[in-house]
Amino acid sequence: MPTRAAVAIVATAIAVVLLFSFKTPAQARPRTPAADVSQASPTPSASPSPSESSAPTPTPTPTNPGPTYKDGQYTGQVFQNQFGDTQVKVTISGGRITDVQALQLPYDRQRSAEISQYAAPQLHDEVLQAQSAQIDTLSGATYTTDSYAQSVQSALDKAHA
Amino acid sequence: MLETAVRRIRVEHIMGTAISIDLRDAEVEDDVVATAFEWLRQVDACFSLYKPQSEISRLGRGELTVEECRAEVGEVLSLCEELREETQGVFNAWSCRSDGRLDPSGVVKGWAVERAAGILERAGGRNFCFNAGGDVLIRGEPEPGRAWRIGIRHPNDIGALAAVVHGNDLAVATSGAYERGDHIVDARTGVPSRTLLSLTMAGPSLTMADAYATAGFAMGTAGVEWVAGRPSYAPFAVTTSGRVRYSDAFADLLVSGDTSGSQLVGR
Repeated sequence: MPTRAAVAIVATAIAVVLLFSFKTPAQARPRTPAADVSQASPTPSASPSPSESSAPTPTPTPTNPGPTYKDGQYTGQVFQNQFGDTQVKVTISGGRITDVQALQLPYDRQRSAEISQYAAPQLHDEVLQAQSAQIDTLSGATYTTDSYAQSVQSALDKAHA
Repeated sequence: MLETAVRRIRVEHIMGTAISIDLRDAEVEDDVVATAFEWLRQVDACFSLYKPQSEISRLGRGELTVEECRAEVGEVLSLCEELREETQGVFNAWSCRSDGRLDPSGVVKGWAVERAAGILERAGGRNFCFNAGGDVLIRGEPEPGRAWRIGIRHPNDIGALAAVVHGNDLAVATSGAYERGDHIVDARTGVPSRTLLSLTMAGPSLTMADAYATAGFAMGTAGVEWVAGRPSYAPFAVTTSGRVRYSDAFADLLVSGDTSGSQLVGR
């Protein structure tokens, strides 16, 4: 049965979200060139064997500037999915993201919270470290950006002003 | 003369998610971005399963043949067929829905974004970032001398990142059950994938990165091995036991945190 289903993406009604559009001014202020050249990454090449818990330590790049933001707290737009509304507040301190607080979360988070009770402790330290990293954009499962990540992004867009 | 970067970002709600274009090339006209969004809206109108009059809906009801649809429908279905073969049926646009209707949406978004990126490139765009509902395509650099930095959301901690990668020309797609619940099931067993919390794929094509992430996620932990074997693609997985698994190729993309050199690896 070659057509036997394997990935079944269960159809869920997509909440209709308000069409929105915004843009920063085309003549945004020029950004200062980075003080040091961050390591450019090549396109990944084939590497068939994933390693567990044995990957090399990433080289610390303490002087890598990353994007800079204006200090302050920025509240992102509210984004919706069928589970509910998501809205975050991003805190910028010293030009860097120091905190991301969720102001509203969909109720479906309860299930995730149960899982995280055993998953989180092992990741916790690494996550805190990564959280302070400066990012230009965010990858996550679909609807992440639709709700959470886009709220973060919209907050960062304000911080860029 | 030093180059300086301007930043124009525009977000529209298309294909049931938010798509943003962050363009850093000052010389590219605004209407090029508008054209890219217009293309994405056209794709949505054609391929949406939520629009009864979309060509894909009409095709699914047998009201149209593939030949009667616009050429892109045939192109996408060919892509779906290639992926069905490559994933040995795990990715199957013809039988992934409980109601049995044709659903190529697993490849449409990545494919459409790549084509939209081509619109920018043909107009001289060299430095930009697309984010389509968490699937990311980057080109060039955000400012002279710096690579794009892409955070990968922690599947269980909404306020945290599991990793940060950087690059210049790269696609990154993530599959997981944490946003929409158990929507990706392996129909060979009939149960949702519960061994992985999330699977991220990085590589040259967003279409393929997205499709591999979805198929690999459905396969569970074995899927991490499978996707690591895809030439030019690199996986990063968070398992339900809280471990992080990634390939050497993915390790090359990782950015460390800015203060510590500790490993970005779960235990």
